[in-house]
Amino acid sequence: MTHSKPLVFLLLLGVFGLAAFPFAGSEFYTELAVRLMILGIFAMSLDLLIGYTGLVSFGHAAFFGLAGYVLAIITPESAPVSIWFALLACLAASALAALAIGWICVRTSGVYFIMITLAFAQMLYYFFNENTALGSSDGIFIYHKPTVNIGSFQLLDLDNAHTFYYFTLASLVLVYLLLSTFLKAPFGRVIRGIKANEARTMALGFNTRRYKLVSFIISGTLAGFAGFLEATFSGFVSPAHLGWHESGLILMTVILGGIGTLYGPVLGAFAMGLMEDSFQDMTDHWLLLMGVFVIAVVLFLPNGIAGLGARGAKLLSGVFRPSGGGTNPPAAKNKIPGEEP
Amino acid sequence: MSCPAALKLENVHTYYGASHILHGIGFSLPRGATLSLLGRNGMGKTTTVRSIFGLTPPARGRIEVFGREITSLPTYEIARLGLALVPEGRGIFPNLNVEENLVMAARSGHKGRMDWPLNRVLDLCPRLAERIRSFGNHLSGGEQQMLSVARALMTNPDILILDEATEGLAPLVRKEIWSVIRRIKASGITSIIIDKDINTMLSISDHCVILVKGRVVYSAPAEELAASPEIHQKYLGI
Repeated sequence: MTHSKPLVFLLLLGVFGLAAFPFAGSEFYTELAVRLMILGIFAMSLDLLIGYTGLVSFGHAAFFGLAGYVLAIITPESAPVSIWFALLACLAASALAALAIGWICVRTSGVYFIMITLAFAQMLYYFFNENTALGSSDGIFIYHKPTVNIGSFQLLDLDNAHTFYYFTLASLVLVYLLLSTFLKAPFGRVIRGIKANEARTMALGFNTRRYKLVSFIISGTLAGFAGFLEATFSGFVSPAHLGWHESGLILMTVILGGIGTLYGPVLGAFAMGLMEDSFQDMTDHWLLLMGVFVIAVVLFLPNGIAGLGARGAKLLSGVFRPSGGGTNPPAAKNKIPGEEP
Repeated sequence: MSCPAALKLENVHTYYGASHILHGIGFSLPRGATLSLLGRNGMGKTTTVRSIFGLTPPARGRIEVFGREITSLPTYEIARLGLALVPEGRGIFPNLNVEENLVMAARSGHKGRMDWPLNRVLDLCPRLAERIRSFGNHLSGGEQQMLSVARALMTNPDILILDEATEGLAPLVRKEIWSVIRRIKASGITSIIIDKDINTMLSISDHCVILVKGRVVYSAPAEELAASPEIHQKYLGI
């Protein structure tokens, strides 16, 4: 889990670009960027499972939607709640759900893992869909954004659009750094080992089931964090947030962006969002065009959009490096995207 | 009271689904000894290793490590008792670099023993030291095999099992791997070796066991087999 210097440069460029965006972009696109950054956090959380642990979940939206519902339940109509309480409740609920669901799911693998995660997510979907106290299929409104106070001092005003934008951007960067740190730590080495060869990892003395469960809980909790941000931002949560369609969308986002790169899924979220926005302006049959886009990326970019980023970084390193100084190893057939030495 | 064997198998029966692969295998390996596990292809050598490690648990029989039964333990607990495996096909992690592959496996051995710290392992395999930042999938076959052996040593094992450690490698690289195996033996680690190079194996080993169709058909000191070409011919076809 190391990135070359040119890639780090490109990533920093992306962050600075996002930081400058509210000054240049319209209100509509600033709001769209917030949604895409939240989707990026959600996608990164799933990448921890798919790209680094080798577990393909088709029910990840369960944690995303659950956190939104928890925020809706704890926020009264009359007054906002403190973000410290709200965040703790949302993350704890997601983590507990991930513990309960993951404890069973990690006992399976392959297609069974996919099906069982989908089954659990659908159970939660129907629970909220049939629950009239929580708005059933219409969903439920969240009337106030949480307050960010320390004592009586207001630290941030999340009702301010720009403040919320930078709060989301900071969250995106923090989640990226947090996951990068996890992946460089001994825990990260073990889960990457599990992805490459679980039997081998076990034969080295690691209880792989336990590591997979921890990875599932971290991933579910971060998905819950994304769900908390989405519910705070939109002021609304509905069963659709935890349905299979949402889980499929985020899975596709990770695959399009580039599995096992962390930054790739963020790129995937932006690509999906921007394409959707452009195609909707072009035709009523924009979903057809989205289909063509997805097929094109899968066919021509086997490492996802992150593969383009890695190529760009390679070109940059060629520009920066003195001639004849290259020490890159020969390209391997099964190179892992984004993990160049 | 006599010291228990480092590894002991008694009447081990293992199946793959309905296929009965091991038919009551049994042998014992004293502490510090090296055993050659011989047999033609498909006779059950790798299945024996998988049974020891719990990767394909035996249906019947008993396996002991230093007197403790491990037959029904999960693989990771068996490994923590001091067993290390260099598997057929190397099994290195291609998505980790050399250092990560090694450091990931690092563990103290029995009673906190640290006979094989990273610097000693790299001294033993200097090629790996040169490629410390290279990813597993950027290594040559020989380097990958060396990495697999080195990674097993990082667990500070009491018992090391090498399954086809020199398979598919160039003669010079094989020589290098055998030299590493000799130095590991000299360090006192109990080991089981499976390989095609029978003469080299026997020159290193104290004891040998030949498997035919999942049964032990011959068990003797290695020098006895080395001096018996008719046994080679009968059971190994060479």
